[in-house]
Amino acid sequence: MNTPDAHDFLAVDHDLTDEERAIRDTVRDYATAELLPHVADWFDAGTIPDPRGVAKGLGALGVFGMHLSGYGCAGTNAVSYGLACRELEAVDSGLRSFVSVQGSLAMTAIHRYGSEEQRQEWLPRMASGDALGCFGLTEPDSGSDPGSMRTRARRDGSDWILNGTKMWITNGSVADVAVVWAATDDGIRGFIVPRDTPGFSANVIHKKLSLRASITSELVLQDARLPGDALLPGAEGLRGPLSCLSEARYGIVWGAAGAARSCFTSALDYAESRTQFGRPIAGFQLTQRKLADMLIDVNHATMTALRIGRLKDEGRAHHSHISFGKLANVRAAQRVAAVARGVHGANGITLEYPVMRHMLNLESVATYEGTEEVHALTLGQVLTGTPAFR
Amino acid sequence: MNIVVCVKQVPDTATERKLRSDDKTLDRDAADGVVNELDEYAVEEALRLKEAHGGEVTVLTMGPGRATETIRKALAMGADKAVHLSDDALHGSDALATSYAMAQTLKKIGFDLVILGSESTDARTGVLAAMLAERLGTPQLTLANKVDVDGTAIAIQRVTDYGFDKVEATLPAVVSVVEKINDPRYPSFKGIMAAKKKKVETLGIADAEIAAELVGLAGAWSEVAEFAAAPPRAAGTIVKDEGDGGTKTADFLASKKFI
Repeated sequence: MNTPDAHDFLAVDHDLTDEERAIRDTVRDYATAELLPHVADWFDAGTIPDPRGVAKGLGALGVFGMHLSGYGCAGTNAVSYGLACRELEAVDSGLRSFVSVQGSLAMTAIHRYGSEEQRQEWLPRMASGDALGCFGLTEPDSGSDPGSMRTRARRDGSDWILNGTKMWITNGSVADVAVVWAATDDGIRGFIVPRDTPGFSANVIHKKLSLRASITSELVLQDARLPGDALLPGAEGLRGPLSCLSEARYGIVWGAAGAARSCFTSALDYAESRTQFGRPIAGFQLTQRKLADMLIDVNHATMTALRIGRLKDEGRAHHSHISFGKLANVRAAQRVAAVARGVHGANGITLEYPVMRHMLNLESVATYEGTEEVHALTLGQVLTGTPAFR
Repeated sequence: MNIVVCVKQVPDTATERKLRSDDKTLDRDAADGVVNELDEYAVEEALRLKEAHGGEVTVLTMGPGRATETIRKALAMGADKAVHLSDDALHGSDALATSYAMAQTLKKIGFDLVILGSESTDARTGVLAAMLAERLGTPQLTLANKVDVDGTAIAIQRVTDYGFDKVEATLPAVVSVVEKINDPRYPSFKGIMAAKKKKVETLGIADAEIAAELVGLAGAWSEVAEFAAAPPRAAGTIVKDEGDGGTKTADFLASKKFI
């Protein structure tokens, strides 16, 4: 009997198909060679200096909208998409966010709710990384309760006039197109807003302490005039944006497992090489307890992700399954990051090691796309039949 | 142009590689199999030549059943089809026997150009390209960091210690490439998904008209008589510079016959 592999203790990846494994390896090789060497500098600088270049590289692999079909998308299964998210977030949550917002939010909205003309116009360019998209739902005063949004769209002849502000928009200031959700007289509707639309502007949000290797913006719509065909015909009400968020959250379920794995691996390596009191700190009982706890969290998270992925591919993933995964895995990743940072001692606070970078990123991952509280209440509603938040 | 790329599955260089104690051949179960790195440059060069001149790229590998993983990667990068030479009789073949088996297979499947990496990371003999060319009766253009094809004319830059040689020949030919030649592409997801639909033909030694007595452990001209694990690195010696550091360094180098 062979000793289990520390990096995949429960041999979860053993259950992957050859194709899933090939996709995992491709993303891992690409991310390790092309992104990992730069990400600490990007985090330090508080931006991705060349988002177009990153988009072209990821687009060539086929990462954007990879689990969508047609329109230049690769058409993989959900598990493969999850694996890509895991490998990207093992490098940095900002990179997984980059892919989530493009593929799961902007492209999914257009793919699922757009007209044929809208799909033809945007999806192939977004799949290849030639065009960048963003997704505007959250507002300065409207987070967990998106139904309270203040952004309004009103008719003016055949045109639409949009007014309002969207907040915490990944890639907002570099996007070629924004999918913006606004309240109309007939409920919440989605609009495709090209960046050169008069009255539309995006401002970069500075001084973030989390997701620093990511561009976050505010979108301002001031009498932004759009033609009638900018409306997404297929989405009526909050169900539209919420279904896109469920896709993106699914990616987080896997991504968090990647961030946790990266922290655990770094802590294990560090503990084996760091000598104190004449021997590696990995040999001390207190360190071994930490390593064991991290190992359990990482493997629980990975198993949860794969199980939910399989349910999704079988068409049996309920939105509360995704809530379960997001709540469980992000919390597990936060525990691992905090313990791993301690194992690294003072070195853990630097960008030489990934642990504090992950730890800070996970603060955003924990609250965006549904806070822990909202997911707990979603589970509570499913268990009891009683919604506690409305 | 009909291009055949020879690829080899080798044990991952990042893991501990072992020989088997029973027949002193590679222990393939002890390490993950990966595509020999230099062969990825060969695949990339073949794909670039195909993109520039048209034709077809066939991947050829010799190895046990699990070598199909290596084939899949080359197909995912964009090769059109594959031939897998796999037969228990080939187990333990040395470089000479391997070149014979590969040459027989190449004669069977046909080629205008054969491209391979200049050596493998496991056996590191670096002789297969020359042996193949000799057995096939074609020119050998080895250690190329640049390949140009014009009709049936082929020219390469051969990397040498002093710079490079320009070598010209006429197709069909055998080319081996070094890692400076290109930057291998990552397989795209579409490529990965298309790869499983591409044709992989598996040949045994009878299919390729390979004589059993000339291959395998029994047919090998070379033999691993004995092997031992590399000794652990000895602790270094610290020499204190007391104004005579230069002399001590020179003495050390002389004692090791470096100077």
